[in-house]
Amino acid sequence: MAENVWILGIHMTTFGKHKDKDTLDLGAEAALGALQDAGVGIRDVGVLGSGNLIGNPGFGQLLQKQIGQTGIPVYNVANACATGATALRVAIMAIKAGETDMGLAVGVEKLAGAGLLTGNARAAEGGHWVRDGRFGAVAPLDGRVGTETMPGVFAQIGMEYGYTYGGADFELFARISEKNHAHSTLNPKAAYQKRFTLDQIMNDVMIAYPNTRPMCSANCDGAAAAVVVSESKLRTLSLEQQRRAVKISASVLTSDPWQEGCQVLPDINTLTRQAAATAYEQAGIGPGDLDLVELHDCFATAELVHYDNLGLCEPGGAVDFFQSGATWRDGSTPVNVSGGLESKGHPVSATGIANIWEVATHLRGEAGARQIEGATVGLAHVIGLGSACGVHVLERAAA
Amino acid sequence: MTRIPLVDYLVLDEEPHLVAQECTSCAARYFDRRSACAGCGLTDFKPAAVATAGVLRSFTIVHFAAEGVDVPFVAGVVDCDGTLVRGNVVNIPPDPEHVTLGMQVQLTTVPVGTDASGVEAVGYGFEPAN
Repeated sequence: MAENVWILGIHMTTFGKHKDKDTLDLGAEAALGALQDAGVGIRDVGVLGSGNLIGNPGFGQLLQKQIGQTGIPVYNVANACATGATALRVAIMAIKAGETDMGLAVGVEKLAGAGLLTGNARAAEGGHWVRDGRFGAVAPLDGRVGTETMPGVFAQIGMEYGYTYGGADFELFARISEKNHAHSTLNPKAAYQKRFTLDQIMNDVMIAYPNTRPMCSANCDGAAAAVVVSESKLRTLSLEQQRRAVKISASVLTSDPWQEGCQVLPDINTLTRQAAATAYEQAGIGPGDLDLVELHDCFATAELVHYDNLGLCEPGGAVDFFQSGATWRDGSTPVNVSGGLESKGHPVSATGIANIWEVATHLRGEAGARQIEGATVGLAHVIGLGSACGVHVLERAAA
Repeated sequence: MTRIPLVDYLVLDEEPHLVAQECTSCAARYFDRRSACAGCGLTDFKPAAVATAGVLRSFTIVHFAAEGVDVPFVAGVVDCDGTLVRGNVVNIPPDPEHVTLGMQVQLTTVPVGTDASGVEAVGYGFEPAN
């Protein structure tokens, strides 16, 4: 049995617009912050997992040239919005494999001002039809055969839940967004910290029905990093380091198994359900034990389906579960007390570590005004479309 | 005038319809050129005509899209007798008062454009069933 792995240090930069910082500045800020939080130096680290989608494919080595070229192996990883969680998994796996006793994972993105991240602009038309791609298409399909935009894809995922179980309408999805924006007012690191009324959300610019602009994740700049350590190494460190360390009770990454229709509309449900089931088994807990959850609300329509996928409610019961108030910060299972991706922001590669920072900060009792009192167990979930799902269960160190 | 389908899986005969590649082992259906079956891994497929009538299983009304894409439009997923199909919902006002989950729809053709040789490309969509 591989030994347990703990978070020794973790850091998240403020999310938002960082006009005067480039990707390396942000990545270095997060990495150095995590090392300082851990009370260790770069020479203590034996492996680096690195994630950055929009910049240089060799980002990890560029980062080393700023924070320390120590000759350790670097794994530059890409898994869409699950890239940060994947980088962290690399460090965890290296420790579990016994190759090193300490690892660093970093995820960073500069996205402030970016528009739609998918959906092809059309090629100039005219000339002659030529078949292209695996559908043999003679013209771009985005807009002609459905939509390739993320707000539209995730809108359909939420609406499909409504088709199957009923009760999921525009107002319900807007109320989920209302909750997350309300939560964000307590998070000084969130890109947007403004409360919106339900009317404001429903009457804002429609992007892809039922997702209006405040119901979509916010493109922004940001980075997050974590130092992870083997349990046996942790036991050699100071009592203060041991006290603040957070146990990684489960660390799971899945891809989407084939299901009817999964190549027509991405299935983000099955891989999340499988990741959650494995994570609860690894951690030896159930969803009822969770004191807080950070889940991947890239759009308000996505949050609803993940209540069900993570087993936070009865199968098919996500609408009633939300309407009961359970997922507000004073409810039975607070979800996205950070403000979620809709207000905290979504610098893609940073997200899968930033959500772990949020949960870990509560477990350490260091979340300030938004602290969930007495939190001992939390879950962080991330989805990268295509798809990859990361689920981590974290536990506070025993006093 | 010559007409060609927008995609390989659209058949423009007297009753236009879609043709899936069906795995001869597990019956999984696909619309793209295949290397193997993502469900069972085997490599033998046969063409299978897809039902032209279906139920709207999910939709979105896209108001904001890439440059050159006409908005608003309705993108949806139609359950055609067990085979899920991606397509636009057409010949209906693009608003949630008219487009509803579970509505009955029917395959129809949609003009795409004509190239310099006078060849017309024809796509497909789903319109409300009578």
